[in-house]
Amino acid sequence: MKDLFAVIMLSGIYGLLSASFFVAMDAVDVAFTEASVGAGISTLLMLAAITMTGRSEHPVRHKPVLALAVVIVTGSLLIYGTLDMPYFGSAEAPVHQHVAPRYINDSMQEVGVPNIVTSVLASYRGFDTFGEVVVIFTAGMGVLALLSVVRHPKGVAGDIEEIDSLNKSMHEEHLILRIVAKMLIPFILLFALYVQFHGDYGPGGGFQAGVIFAAAIILYTMLFGMSTARRVINQSLIQLFAAIGVLVYGSVGVISLLEGKHFLDYSALSADPVAGQHLGILLIELGVGITVASVMVIIFFNFAGRKDDQQNKENNES
Amino acid sequence: MDSLLNISSALFLLIGSFLCISGGVGILRFPDFYTRMHAAGVTDTLATAMILIGLMLQNPDGLVILKLMMILLMTLIISPTASHALASAAVHNNLMPELDKKEDNEKVTSSNP
Amino acid sequence: MLIAATVAILVVMIMSIIRAIMGPTFYDRILAVNMFGTKTVLLISLLGFVMGRPEFLDIAIVYALINFISVIGVLHYSDSSVFKRGSQQKK
Repeated sequence: MKDLFAVIMLSGIYGLLSASFFVAMDAVDVAFTEASVGAGISTLLMLAAITMTGRSEHPVRHKPVLALAVVIVTGSLLIYGTLDMPYFGSAEAPVHQHVAPRYINDSMQEVGVPNIVTSVLASYRGFDTFGEVVVIFTAGMGVLALLSVVRHPKGVAGDIEEIDSLNKSMHEEHLILRIVAKMLIPFILLFALYVQFHGDYGPGGGFQAGVIFAAAIILYTMLFGMSTARRVINQSLIQLFAAIGVLVYGSVGVISLLEGKHFLDYSALSADPVAGQHLGILLIELGVGITVASVMVIIFFNFAGRKDDQQNKENNES
Repeated sequence: MDSLLNISSALFLLIGSFLCISGGVGILRFPDFYTRMHAAGVTDTLATAMILIGLMLQNPDGLVILKLMMILLMTLIISPTASHALASAAVHNNLMPELDKKEDNEKVTSSNP
Repeated sequence: MLIAATVAILVVMIMSIIRAIMGPTFYDRILAVNMFGTKTVLLISLLGFVMGRPEFLDIAIVYALINFISVIGVLHYSDSSVFKRGSQQKK
């Protein structure tokens, strides 16, 4: 397929189909994350990216036969290696005999949170989640390092006039969409907060909430123009927030260290260990949500802002 | 009372699925983009409303009804807006609908008894 | 009755995928993807009721919002100058 646009839409549908598989397998949290990230934000970010690169793929000069051969050999070796493993979901697999019963039986007394997925993610495997948050933060920093937009040093008055004229000329045909978006965006932001703090009792948690929050801001940016969005959301403030999220997560761990226990051992946070677990999970989910939302917004502003600057240069030259 | 709820819920679900399938058939068989959009847009909203009302009648439990009503309200606002956006983008990019020509119309009206 | 409604929605989703593959113009494909998205919202709600887990409704709400934002995004980015240059070359 040469047309990248069609490829993006097909990958969006693929993300949606895998979310339906997860729903059919009764895994609610994973389906939630896949639907919001795989089918939503990835499509939007990739669309913003191909406005910079162009719509069709460059023709390949040679047929990649050697690469295909390497992939086939490696894949068949991997499949041969998995033939020895027990069947998917069989009762004798070590996962189901040692690891899963411990989590399922003991999670309620040790952590006290009804959603076992959240307790595993945030408490039993808190260190892995810390790694994920740092990876997301690093991705945001990478995008900033490579694509950071150089702002024109204009005066404040010039900026405001340019913004008003741009708003009137380019986006007036979006009137109905703007009014509907004004009704919807507060609701979406509120729903993101609900998902964030309801992650203990139902599906949800920090990652999904951050993605939904970023999606609301992306909707606002698309409909009202890049310059208005830059006035609403200060670029340096968002970068600060991305760092604050990782910092909150790390400080919870360091506080546990200072109290004399292991890193990220939440029972050190309060007198009653279960209350300590609740507080710890609340704080780290907040850190995760803040970082994910800020990094997604940073990436989108960098992709879309570059396209707007290119357009401005073309409009000024022509 | 229980069986009345069951029967009405089944009725709403039946109407909803019928509208849904007719929308699907329409999107496959209509000749032009704008006619297909009629099929997709109208039946999307109405079928969703019918099926969600059927689900609401089936399980009268507070929070679930509230969430279903939120989905219903959001779909009623979002679905027509998306259709409008799609149609205005298509017109803006010069996708013209297929119109009847004038001579064909006169031939048809003169040949009909 | 719930299972019959689920089967009907699956049939309609397959029909819309056929239109997405067949559709001659670009806007046919976006229309089919939009319809696929709203039918997925219904499918998730129905599956939640069939399997007795009303927590799936949260996913349905999220997916309705994400579908809307994605369609608006695709339309917005298909209006940009890169694509206009392409369509002008075709003319």
